[in-house]
Amino acid sequence: MSGNMNLTLKVWRQKNSNAKGELVDFKVNDISPDMSFLEMFDVLNERLVSENTDPIAFDHDCREGICGMCSMFIDGRPHGPKDGITTCQLHMRSFKDGDTITVEPWRAQAFPVIKDLVVDRTAFDRIIAAGGYISVNTGNAQDANCLPISKDNADESFAAAACIGCGACVATCKNASAMLFVSAKVSQLALLPQGEPEKQSRVLNMVAQMDAEGFGSCTNTGACEAECPKGISLSNIARMNREYLGAQFCSEK
Amino acid sequence: MSKLDAKIPEGQLETKWTKYKSSVPLVNPSNKRNLEIVIVGSGLAGASAAAALAELGYKVKVFCFQDSPRRAHSIAAQGGINAAKNYQNDGDSIYRLFYDTIKGGDYRAREGNVHRLSEVSGNIIDQCVAQGVPFAREYGGLLSNRSFGGTQVQRTFYAAGQTGQQLLLGAYSALERQIGMGAVEMFNRHEMLEVVMIDGKARGIIARDLITGKLERHFGHAVLLCTGGYGNVFYLSTNAMGSNATAVWKAHKQGAFFGNPCFTQIHPTCIPVSGDHQSKLTLMSESLRNDGRIWVPKKKDETRKAVDIPEEERDYYLERRYPAFGNLVPRDVASRAAKERCDAGHGVGTSRMAVYLDFTFNMDRYGKIEATKKGIHNADAATIRALGKDVITEKYGNLFDMYKQITGEDPYQMPMRIYPAVHYTMGGLWVDYNLMTTIPGLYALGEANFSDHGANRLGASALMQGLADGYFVIPYTIGSYLSKEISVKSIPTSHEAFVAAENKVQNDIDKFFNIKGTKSVDHFHKRLGKIMWEKCGMARNEKGLKEAIEEIRALRAEFWKDLRVTGEANEFNPELEKAGRVADFLELGELMCKDALNRNESCGGHFREEYQTEEGEANRDDDNFAFVAAWEYKGDNNFEMHKEELKYENIKIAQRSYK
Amino acid sequence: MNWVTKTFTSSIGQKFIMAITGLFLISFLLVHCFLNALIFFNDGGKIFDKGAEFMATNPIIRVVEIVLFAGLLLHIIRAYLLMNKNNKSRPVKYAVQNGKANSKWYSRSMGLLGTLLLMFLIVHLKHFWVVSRFTDEISSGKETLFNEMKEVFENPMVIVVYTLAMFSLAYHLMHGFQSAFQTLGFNHKKYTPLIKSLGLMFSIIIPLIFALMPLAMHFNFIK
Repeated sequence: MSGNMNLTLKVWRQKNSNAKGELVDFKVNDISPDMSFLEMFDVLNERLVSENTDPIAFDHDCREGICGMCSMFIDGRPHGPKDGITTCQLHMRSFKDGDTITVEPWRAQAFPVIKDLVVDRTAFDRIIAAGGYISVNTGNAQDANCLPISKDNADESFAAAACIGCGACVATCKNASAMLFVSAKVSQLALLPQGEPEKQSRVLNMVAQMDAEGFGSCTNTGACEAECPKGISLSNIARMNREYLGAQFCSEK
Repeated sequence: MSKLDAKIPEGQLETKWTKYKSSVPLVNPSNKRNLEIVIVGSGLAGASAAAALAELGYKVKVFCFQDSPRRAHSIAAQGGINAAKNYQNDGDSIYRLFYDTIKGGDYRAREGNVHRLSEVSGNIIDQCVAQGVPFAREYGGLLSNRSFGGTQVQRTFYAAGQTGQQLLLGAYSALERQIGMGAVEMFNRHEMLEVVMIDGKARGIIARDLITGKLERHFGHAVLLCTGGYGNVFYLSTNAMGSNATAVWKAHKQGAFFGNPCFTQIHPTCIPVSGDHQSKLTLMSESLRNDGRIWVPKKKDETRKAVDIPEEERDYYLERRYPAFGNLVPRDVASRAAKERCDAGHGVGTSRMAVYLDFTFNMDRYGKIEATKKGIHNADAATIRALGKDVITEKYGNLFDMYKQITGEDPYQMPMRIYPAVHYTMGGLWVDYNLMTTIPGLYALGEANFSDHGANRLGASALMQGLADGYFVIPYTIGSYLSKEISVKSIPTSHEAFVAAENKVQNDIDKFFNIKGTKSVDHFHKRLGKIMWEKCGMARNEKGLKEAIEEIRALRAEFWKDLRVTGEANEFNPELEKAGRVADFLELGELMCKDALNRNESCGGHFREEYQTEEGEANRDDDNFAFVAAWEYKGDNNFEMHKEELKYENIKIAQRSYK
Repeated sequence: MNWVTKTFTSSIGQKFIMAITGLFLISFLLVHCFLNALIFFNDGGKIFDKGAEFMATNPIIRVVEIVLFAGLLLHIIRAYLLMNKNNKSRPVKYAVQNGKANSKWYSRSMGLLGTLLLMFLIVHLKHFWVVSRFTDEISSGKETLFNEMKEVFENPMVIVVYTLAMFSLAYHLMHGFQSAFQTLGFNHKKYTPLIKSLGLMFSIIIPLIFALMPLAMHFNFIK
């Protein structure tokens, strides 16, 4: 089944991390409004293969908005014009016939382009490895109900833990800051009694790693919160600031 | 004596695992430092195994094809994870979880394995909570539970509709901790393309760096495959786009037997296909069936809108056929019933391949309760509906939003249209009690193995199995093998076996580029998926399966003549990655059909139309088919079947009935 | 690296400095505004000049003034260092960036607004502070600060510059006031809305009063 939308895409093409890239125009025709944005790219890529040209590389995996892999900067916004969804959940009915759509990769010093729209987000993994965990070896946990946790704290912790690590916060931030991502993990663990013993070292190490990766600082514009597909709140950033300053000024290390 | 020894410990069912743990040979800490383990896949099974083994002191390397271990498709699991904690005081026990799992699997799973799974289920919850997994809680601060299909107790732990995500992120953070400490070396964007065999044992892998295209050799005293299921053989499934069978298939071709390949789970509530462009199917959680009623129009080829069809012209076929369980029959039963109605011409939507999942009845029911609570007497229908809508929003709001986003229809106004879709594969590499495949030193964990779910998996059990295998089983069972390997020094990757394996992989890659055909990888994948779905999907029959085998062979031949892979080998090249995966699916698909053809009975997710009762229910044949079909690769797409008889010493086999 | 350097070179530490100095400057604005508002007594500047004299001669105030300048400099220097670093965090810019879809323009333009304020500040200091501190015109009693104001505000160009600068100040404060609290870690479901409204009021009222001063003098409402 084909549709009736004809669009012009301006897509960032870059052969590899060393090459220079540029925006290239593509016409796509007969697009159905029921297609997802990525399926529209599938159609385009299928055509490019049939024309014996290299298809456009883009990251995607689960296509249901939870893995955090898809990462397109569409018409100036991460994950496109709709709020609260990832690129894979964006559908063509959100566009009009005849539209010109610009698609760029996430742009940040810490997210170098690998190819076309694919970027390297391993900086996020290194930040988690620096302290985004609770040090508990397998097998020595007590019974799960030994420590009651107030429902409010558990819910707030879950809301922070819902982060999918897509990097939209970095992509949209004018400073390419990773504060929302880092603070979500810091908050999730700071809100739970299990996270208490490592509270101070965790925030200090994670922030140090975040700075070392070359992310910018936070100007509190709130763009990250507005663009986050999972609605991670700015209050997490405040919590992290609190935790960090508290740890620096009050710890004896 | 068959070639298969499941190595299930002797003794009472309840004490098998305890005794095993106390008697399994150990590896002392100084030796662990010198033993290297390669883990492929970073989902629940892979990440948890990597963390647990690194904590013990082994040297671990982890590989995943995604850009981060956190992206593995375990992340998409919605509903929850089962554990026999009996926190609800409703009579749950290890035995009941064990019993429900065996029965739910239609008596095609091993007693020993499933009992062990039930035993460790409670530890998983403890471990996850200690890691900071924010499970749902009650106001008193204790953990909350809900119920799932196929059980009569509340034993499912959950974190909203994102339980898989939270569990995976827990395991991922444990893994990242080990990476940070240098105990695990992580290889993102790497795909395993071959198992390296030395003297009959698995000794490492060949992996391709997906960014540079470079082939790499990695040694390991043991290799763990935690690569998930092969549902993408159907092209359209709820699996992630990258989910693939390449790792298990390469292992299979090296000698690992494949267990019950035809056992696939079709999930009844997915958003239906909207057109040829569709790349992926989206699940609507099983929990929706608590409040949604499934129906189709009584009239064939109905053209009226759902809301215009009066009550007496609707067929609530699940409630009609299964009055005892109604809309909450197990997945395999619900899926088949939907297909039966659509095939009979009662389907709805433009494609006519969908049924309605209707919330209006329960919306009004909740609305009346709310009206009473609020003291509104004689509330009009609109008020009641509005009040009920709020209740539904609170319970399933995110799912309703997701549905609206995908279909463009408002499920509060119109019933959802749903249709079954491929979701999970119970089959996988055959493993013994130690989770070792028939290749010494090669293990399979999680969905990649065949072990615990028989012919049908119960909801919320996949997460349980993945984490059980990784956190609590493999750390013990791997010792029985590695304790004999302590004198083996790391084998340098200049060894001829590594060279030969790498050359083979290189040849395979070159072959793809040399075809220079005209059709894209997706073209072949879609066609394969169509064959599999139509002839080896929800219902199978001898004629169809035989045709499917021929069609797959023809398609495979065409694939190798007319495939076009663009780009080059030494660069980031998603087309090349897909080509390798689809080439393997084209072989695996044939084996699935062969296995389905061989199993002359209906059980769980495997429904052979020739073997059904008069009422159209699955007709199991325990006299002839109470076995695991373990297939050995004999070269050139020939397979030989070996049987592992299933012995039920603790459970009485019975016909499943949900009437 | 000891903990002090570590703290204040970290991204959060640097923002901490911005917030603390910012709040300090806000408190200064309040005092400054209050004192200058004494001209609205319209008594020929008598009360105002008394206040000005107090500020110019009280030793505590003189010490605080040094702290104020230190804070101001810290705020400015840190801001430029941060801007430079943040700029480097995205070496390749977007071809299309739709900032207005997710944030207020002034929150994204603190650097620009700050730079305008800095330019204004140089002019402003030259007009009054240099005259009062580094010449003997006022201390010798030859001239009063009030009269100095009258003189400066005769020039219509000055009025335009001052008024525009107060717009910059208003927007700078509109973001800066509440942002400082967020940076210090203060975010609370009950109190943050209060801080935000207070901040909004502050950033409208204070610059408005400031802007009225030159206008009132120029148009001879104050004699």
